[in-house]
Amino acid sequence: MTNSIAELEEADVLLITGSNTTTTHPQIGRNILKAVDHGAKLLVIDPRRTDIARQAHIHLALRPGTDIALINAMMRIILDENLADDLFISMRTENFIQLRDFLHRLDLKELAKITEIDLETIRKAACIYARSSKSVICYCLGVTQHTCGTDNVQAVANLAMLTGNVEKKHSGVDPLRGQNNVQGACDMAALPAVLPGYQSLEDPTVRARFQSVWQRELPRKTGRSLTEMTHAGKDGPIKAMFIMGENPALSDPHLNRVEETLINLDFLAVSDIFLTETAQFANVVFPAASFAEKGGTITNSERRVQLCRRAIPPIHNCRPDSEIIMELGHRMGCPGMDFNSDAEIMEEISLLAPIYGGMHYDRLAENHGLQWPCPDRHHPGTEFLHKYYFARGKGQFTITRHQEPSEKATKKFPFTLVTGRGSYHHYHTATMTRNSIRLVREYPQAKLEIHKDDCEKLNIGDGEMVELHSKRGTVQICAQVTDRVKPGTVFSSFHFFEVPINQLTVDVMDPKSKCPEFKVCAVAIKKVHHD
Amino acid sequence: MQDILTICNYCGCGCGVYLSVTHNHVVGSYPSRNHPISRGNLCSKGWHLHEFVHSNKRLTDPLLRKNGVLEKVSWDEALDTTSKALMTAKEKTGPDSIGVLSSAKCTNEENYLLQKLTRIGLGTNNIDHCARL
Repeated sequence: MTNSIAELEEADVLLITGSNTTTTHPQIGRNILKAVDHGAKLLVIDPRRTDIARQAHIHLALRPGTDIALINAMMRIILDENLADDLFISMRTENFIQLRDFLHRLDLKELAKITEIDLETIRKAACIYARSSKSVICYCLGVTQHTCGTDNVQAVANLAMLTGNVEKKHSGVDPLRGQNNVQGACDMAALPAVLPGYQSLEDPTVRARFQSVWQRELPRKTGRSLTEMTHAGKDGPIKAMFIMGENPALSDPHLNRVEETLINLDFLAVSDIFLTETAQFANVVFPAASFAEKGGTITNSERRVQLCRRAIPPIHNCRPDSEIIMELGHRMGCPGMDFNSDAEIMEEISLLAPIYGGMHYDRLAENHGLQWPCPDRHHPGTEFLHKYYFARGKGQFTITRHQEPSEKATKKFPFTLVTGRGSYHHYHTATMTRNSIRLVREYPQAKLEIHKDDCEKLNIGDGEMVELHSKRGTVQICAQVTDRVKPGTVFSSFHFFEVPINQLTVDVMDPKSKCPEFKVCAVAIKKVHHD
Repeated sequence: MQDILTICNYCGCGCGVYLSVTHNHVVGSYPSRNHPISRGNLCSKGWHLHEFVHSNKRLTDPLLRKNGVLEKVSWDEALDTTSKALMTAKEKTGPDSIGVLSSAKCTNEENYLLQKLTRIGLGTNNIDHCARL
């Protein structure tokens, strides 16, 4: 997030796109609703009528996969209505002329038709967003999990820069990070193309600094991304894997391919707190300590590095992952694997990653954490980003064009399936929440949201079992008659191993971000008849 | 009873939460009032954060597959087998034939260590996690 979570409360306009915020980020959702209580306008872009969409002043219920068309239409309207922030554009951005010329060539009626939203509604939303100087955009995986995910994000950035809604408090572009430490895992470079603190793998000065501290040569070649590894297949390039605290056998797209890869590995080691679907394929399974049994830091969505404290010693014969990694390091003869505490590890991180330069345990303990960038011990941390300049200097407008999703509904597969985190009570592959009695009681089984008109046509009643097919697989799932989805669109979560919905999803990815298209896949629905 | 301030393990909001501990058992969770995110509130997952910690489905010991079945083994045997298998793969099929998945549920320190081990111990940049899922 470029903003802090608390800032959202004082924004005047909140544009939420591709995020079921009250379900997936309840505290951020709470801040958004508080802002609305204080008089802020809420605009929600989502194909579904989620809880937050129901609270919206304007809900833009677009056809899945048409975000770029919608945002281009909004920008064109902003230009036509003379609402662009010319001063900001001339001082802080480049490439505006190209964008302007591109937008002027677009046909608004055509764009509205693509999105299946009424043009007047788009106009109203665009004007509300552009007229305020305290407009915030929050987006989540509904924007990124498309083959054009990177372009979707670029379109969102264009919209914010066009109206100057970036450099100030209460205005910005906020990707909401999913897992408790997905921000930190990225910061620490558990990524194939960068070094800790998003430093370049190729930069000779950076490499030299890392090599002098780590005392080993760094590999040069950019690594493979997650799906490139889990989809490597039977005779693919990956022969052995170590998986720590992840469950690709339930969370990744096109699961049959993942299974094929995992079964055919020469060796698989998994470290986890439960025997997950992935761990069941392993040669070696390590029992890891849970969050309550270890210390360390995690970084939340607003870049706040926070201290976790150990509440109890590891239960049974479990050990923290840090210990497991260092033990493996010793056995492999890897240098620099002899830290005595998490604080010592953080000292090395702060030495090598400038954005974490001032993160020291004594400071983190005092302040409920610090927000990066925090380059040195005396820096107070950074509440919001891009205050005087963007990371690259000037903000660049990039032209983005609508492209159709990789799979279209057909006669044989007439429905569009959208997947996501569907329940307030479950999390991701639900390894933790399904071991929590009260959460299971509240939401015991997977559901497929189907519009009531579609249910009538197919003669499906609420709670009845249906069979869901795509080109890649079949699952059986309980139907939920609803008006949350539009006719022709259905939605399911991927929380339940009994309904591995990702056996259906497409394995086409955004070529730039390698993000899979979880949000659009063509399916057929059939009622299950019990004879 | 002792209350320990830590951070919720579920979503990216990062609420400050107290875990109530008796006799090395986590028996409850409640929000911090002063914490800038939680400010006295939690969601239903946060209020039940402690429940999975002592689940009887938790893994208790290292497991090693012998004759197709996962069997309990010592830490040394599990660690030795893993380091040998990974080093063999490195020698036989090259560092880039090894893939490592780190975790968005683990700490910064653990992620840092694992990418360091992957890059200089195994000699590959094949490391990623579920940021896109």
